[in-house]
Amino acid sequence: MNKVLLSGNEAIARGTYEAGALVACAYPGTPSTEILENMTRYKEVNSSWAPNEKVALEVGIGACFGGARALVSMKHVGVNVAADPLFTLTYTGVRGGLVLVTADDPELHSSQNEQDNRNFAKFAKMPMFEPADSQDALDYTKLAFEVSEQFDTPVFLRSTTRISHSKSVVTLGARPDHIPTPSLERNPAKLVMLPGNARKRHYDVEERILKLEEWGCSQSFNRVEKGKGEVGVITAGVSYQYVKEVLPDADVLKLGMIYPLPKQLIRDFAAKYTTLYVVEELDPFIEEQVLAMGIAVIGKAKIPICGELTPGRLAKELFGTELPDESATLKLPQRPPNMCPGCPHRGVFMELNRAKAFVAGDIGCYTLGFMPPLSAMDTCVCMGASIGNATGISKVLSEEDQRKVVAVIGDSTFLHTGINGLMDMVYNNSTATVIILDNRITAMTGRQENPASGYTLDNNPAFRVDLEQLCRAVGVKHVRSIDPYNIALTRKTLREEMARPEVSVIITTRPCVLVPRDNLERRPSLYVDHDACTGCKACLRLGCPAIAWDETSQKSNIDKIICVGCKVCQQTCGFNAFKEIEA
Amino acid sequence: MKTTNILIAGVGGQGILLASEVLSEVCLMAGLDVKKNEIHGMSQRGGSVVSHVRYGEKVYSSIIPEGEVDIIFSFELMETCRYLPLLRKNGRVVVNDWKIAPPSVALGKQSYPENLIATIAQQFPLTTVVDGLTLALETGNAKTVNSVLLGALSNILDFDHEMWLTALKKMVPEKLVDINLQAFAAGRGING
Repeated sequence: MNKVLLSGNEAIARGTYEAGALVACAYPGTPSTEILENMTRYKEVNSSWAPNEKVALEVGIGACFGGARALVSMKHVGVNVAADPLFTLTYTGVRGGLVLVTADDPELHSSQNEQDNRNFAKFAKMPMFEPADSQDALDYTKLAFEVSEQFDTPVFLRSTTRISHSKSVVTLGARPDHIPTPSLERNPAKLVMLPGNARKRHYDVEERILKLEEWGCSQSFNRVEKGKGEVGVITAGVSYQYVKEVLPDADVLKLGMIYPLPKQLIRDFAAKYTTLYVVEELDPFIEEQVLAMGIAVIGKAKIPICGELTPGRLAKELFGTELPDESATLKLPQRPPNMCPGCPHRGVFMELNRAKAFVAGDIGCYTLGFMPPLSAMDTCVCMGASIGNATGISKVLSEEDQRKVVAVIGDSTFLHTGINGLMDMVYNNSTATVIILDNRITAMTGRQENPASGYTLDNNPAFRVDLEQLCRAVGVKHVRSIDPYNIALTRKTLREEMARPEVSVIITTRPCVLVPRDNLERRPSLYVDHDACTGCKACLRLGCPAIAWDETSQKSNIDKIICVGCKVCQQTCGFNAFKEIEA
Repeated sequence: MKTTNILIAGVGGQGILLASEVLSEVCLMAGLDVKKNEIHGMSQRGGSVVSHVRYGEKVYSSIIPEGEVDIIFSFELMETCRYLPLLRKNGRVVVNDWKIAPPSVALGKQSYPENLIATIAQQFPLTTVVDGLTLALETGNAKTVNSVLLGALSNILDFDHEMWLTALKKMVPEKLVDINLQAFAAGRGING
């Protein structure tokens, strides 16, 4: 029996292997990250982390131009970063198949927006498949590679959080015995997109989409599932599963390829029903195209654009079925995510709060610096935005206010798209301060390697980018590396650099506490000496999960099991109450 | 065969994801269709963690339809209460007698709610309370709480004992297999 339980992401990795791909490349981003992490199981595929999504796609394109099949994966907002090569890749087409996974995040479980990347398929004129479970994810990945080569086009595979992170039963297949050997092959009319060449290719792009539309009408991935024949539903992806739960008797047109839509198939299906629904999360992507065909459907008139669907939400919108009353549970104390005990970012944010800095934030674990009691983040837009945002806001402020502006950015995010902003700061004489929070890992997505971590995806040692030298090389004169566990030094450095009317960079260098190789040193846990503790609550300003207020004694306590002995709390205490537990 | 819906709740770091993996593996071994869903990413940062496991002849949605949860299998008291509205009438609860203070309680800004066990048991008489930590400590390792709890859950599910043991052996790191089997047995021994 070859049946296993796989998440959507594991299934996409498996499908890539079974498709005979030779290259896989990505930048981590929830919910897409595990695709590349799982590629390391398949040594036949050269898999790597790129510094950002644009580079990842460009690497994939190069491999495909060499004749290899290549997978590139990213979260939805990553496609924004990779959009530049993408929109011309549809003109060049491919040599080896190229599949681009976009992992969307309806409900914003771990994202800054809820964009519907199905729109990219239409915008870039590129076919898109959308799996409804892990078996689909494996099958459609393989199919996407075939379609890519058959129609000479890159192909999108769109997942969502509930597909990527749900497990379901999958039947495994095998990798082909024969995989074509890549080679150099010059084909300028196809690969060199100067206006003269690209102008001709545009006609091919338009013709290809029409061919795909017609072809899709006769393929089994676009299929009708018969019910009782009274109600028709057009749906795709995870929404299909909710339709099967909530409308078990409906006739369902399940679309596997959601762009281009199989118009004739939709016309034939729609003709049979007086009540026809389109059930889809986020934008009315299918609905608008069906309406444009002159077919009346019920879609966003009932089903919300914002947030993800669930069986209960769908039933409520369609039939008015009440959802369970959760009002009682809303009174329970919330349990939001928090920086880990010993997180090297914690003290930095306490000091930013104390300095009343205006903090231009960025994307990473340190975005949690927004949460109380640290409460030291004033903007957060996208990867790398902190530095440009700080530059821009400084331009319009008084000299006094300019000194309050600080950009904070992690090592991985800085290399992703932050470095460009820093060049601009120097080039155009910005006065803001930049803090690079260097924890030597891409932490928020679950600790992935990056060019400044010193290791590759498959855990081989790599050159570690010297962030200090890099900042100096783009012209920053004042670069200081400090240990963020040293609170007095952090405070002093921050004050000095904020006051400086020139660009300066502070690099806080402390590895993430969750990376074992960087935390070999044993540090004893601390305890609170209740004879010394006055109950002043200064330590609570850290919001450390290991420190708790004890109502009975009116003093602080430390949970020694989760304390990692960073001693930051010790430095916040004016009464020497934090002491080491002797080993 | 009706689909069975189990909602697993707790706090990041408690081993919820491993427990849901083991349960799903048992369902697969029993030849059933199974789907498992969870939101991770925040799980190591002390946030609420919830995992849905559904099994039966054919499972569509990986999210349990609201109000159709058959069993809440919970690692922490307050997290249990967060999901009680999703439990069906006469649903069951298997709950670890353990409190973890959320940030607002740790900071002295809110109090941890009182009498939670009584509240749960009053609404849902089919509630099993497990002193997971005490039983885990008897095996010598506090981190086996999730296996203790799985043992307690196994009592009310219709799967062969052997399947649980096979799944545990497969999913738990080799060095920790024996101690987790002991913990599982301790949990399974608490009621009939």
